[in-house]
Amino acid sequence: MSILVIAEHDNSSLKQATLNVVAAAKAIGGDIDVLVAGENVGAIAEAAAKAEGVNKVLVADNAAYGHFLAENLGELVAEVGKGYSHILTSAGTTGKDFMPRVAALLDVAQVSDIIRVESADTFVRPIYAGNAIATVKASDSIKVITVRPTGFDPVAAEGGSASVEQLDVVKDAGLSSFVGEEKAKSDRPDLASAGVVISGGRGMQNGDNFKMLEQVADLMGAAVGASRAAVDAGFVPNDMQVGQTGKIVAPQLYVAVGISGAIQHLAGMSDSKVIVAINKDEEAPIFQVADYGLVADLFEAIPQFEEELKKVL
Amino acid sequence: MKVLVAVKRVIDYNVKVRVKPDNTGVDLANVKMAMNPFCEIAVEEAVRLKEKGVASEIVVVSIGPKACQEQIRTALALGADRGIHIETDEEVQSLEAAKLLKAVVEKEEPKLVILGKQSIDSDNNQTGQMLAALTGMGQGTFASEVVVDGEKVNVTREVDGGLMTVALNLPAVVTTDLRLNEPRYASLPNIMKAKKKPLDAMSPADLGVEIAPRLSTLKVEAPASRQAGIKVADVAELVDKLKNEAKVI
Repeated sequence: MSILVIAEHDNSSLKQATLNVVAAAKAIGGDIDVLVAGENVGAIAEAAAKAEGVNKVLVADNAAYGHFLAENLGELVAEVGKGYSHILTSAGTTGKDFMPRVAALLDVAQVSDIIRVESADTFVRPIYAGNAIATVKASDSIKVITVRPTGFDPVAAEGGSASVEQLDVVKDAGLSSFVGEEKAKSDRPDLASAGVVISGGRGMQNGDNFKMLEQVADLMGAAVGASRAAVDAGFVPNDMQVGQTGKIVAPQLYVAVGISGAIQHLAGMSDSKVIVAINKDEEAPIFQVADYGLVADLFEAIPQFEEELKKVL
Repeated sequence: MKVLVAVKRVIDYNVKVRVKPDNTGVDLANVKMAMNPFCEIAVEEAVRLKEKGVASEIVVVSIGPKACQEQIRTALALGADRGIHIETDEEVQSLEAAKLLKAVVEKEEPKLVILGKQSIDSDNNQTGQMLAALTGMGQGTFASEVVVDGEKVNVTREVDGGLMTVALNLPAVVTTDLRLNEPRYASLPNIMKAKKKPLDAMSPADLGVEIAPRLSTLKVEAPASRQAGIKVADVAELVDKLKNEAKVI
């Protein structure tokens, strides 16, 4: 068996999710090649070559892939991937965008968002927003798979010494072009891979009050998230949303502040190792999944939390 | 310009999902069914394009058993002009759904196809992208804004880390995210009128598509449930527990 992993990156650094996907590939077993497609991605290819368990890194460096347009990536990956038994990428918004095109171009099914590998053709994935867990067997000769990064512990980022090979395949479908982007700038860790996440919900009352959470986050080296209610109310931007339709997170510590715990939110965080809930409503469903619950007014509890943390950190 | 909208009949999003005791799937007997929420957003977007004078006709299509006609009628009540029902009692997976929709696209030649980004049952997030690839169209997935401008459509997409805008040649495929719009409710007079709007039924065979699932579900289980932990009295106890018991700070 031979497995092609499509690296997730932003043209400046390799995303940790790629290491989780390589771990999923190792669980399948076989030679693992990594494809790095983007623009000016030499350093990323070198980083990928150091990842544990990688056999070869293939590089497609061209402006056509600079903004990860699905039309171009889809054609590239379908062509490069057709000699492999499995094609894997992370189930981030880029992977979710281009991977089904790859499957359609190869006339095979896609298995989305797997959290476990049972065998080379059988995978486990959540359905119904995580309210049911399905074991699925794929019969196509090429398995096209997106991987939920939190389902797999990442392989080591260092220690490997894969060869790096340049590809001169340029696929520009000419169907789409990049217009612009608004990316949130933050020095805090990436929500999807942070070890600690502190999230606010509707109980935060407005966007300014999220500064309280940011101060605590900076103390703990945490990422800041939000519930869908807080995003829909316009307190914070959509990329902070944790939940079924937002980011799926599984940090060591998840602190839910003023979040009631709708199923939609729980689907995005219930695999966290330790969950803390701070909410003034003691009947809030979030307490049913929390390891430590504090029934309190968050506007009193959070400043106290910050003070207590300063004592121990 | 003609707009094609695909809608799916799924379990109502308010219903508590229960796995069948024999682990063969989710219990759908006597459960309330509804239009997939992302598909409602797709219908709403098409209706708004029509209200703005951008869209001239909205065709709504659904694939599945006879009962799907309820969801098509709902879309017609919301403002779609006519319906197409591709009737089958078989399980239709994303790739087959995309092939069936491709056949409809070839017949109807819409300028824009709008779908939900995923259905809340299988959570696959595939059909729109597969349809775009099979028909050779560009795609604007996870859309939070759609602006048609001459022979192009600008789609603002919700991506990891923020928003990204792409320009697509028409015809194109758009898949909706939650914040694209807030769907309206159908009024009673419109529900009555929708009953008289045209609805064509056809089979997958009529469209030359064979339903041959590539994925088989071996079992479906309930997720491991988390146990509720303890309540702490105050912040000091919380920090103490996190440090000395859970050892996560």
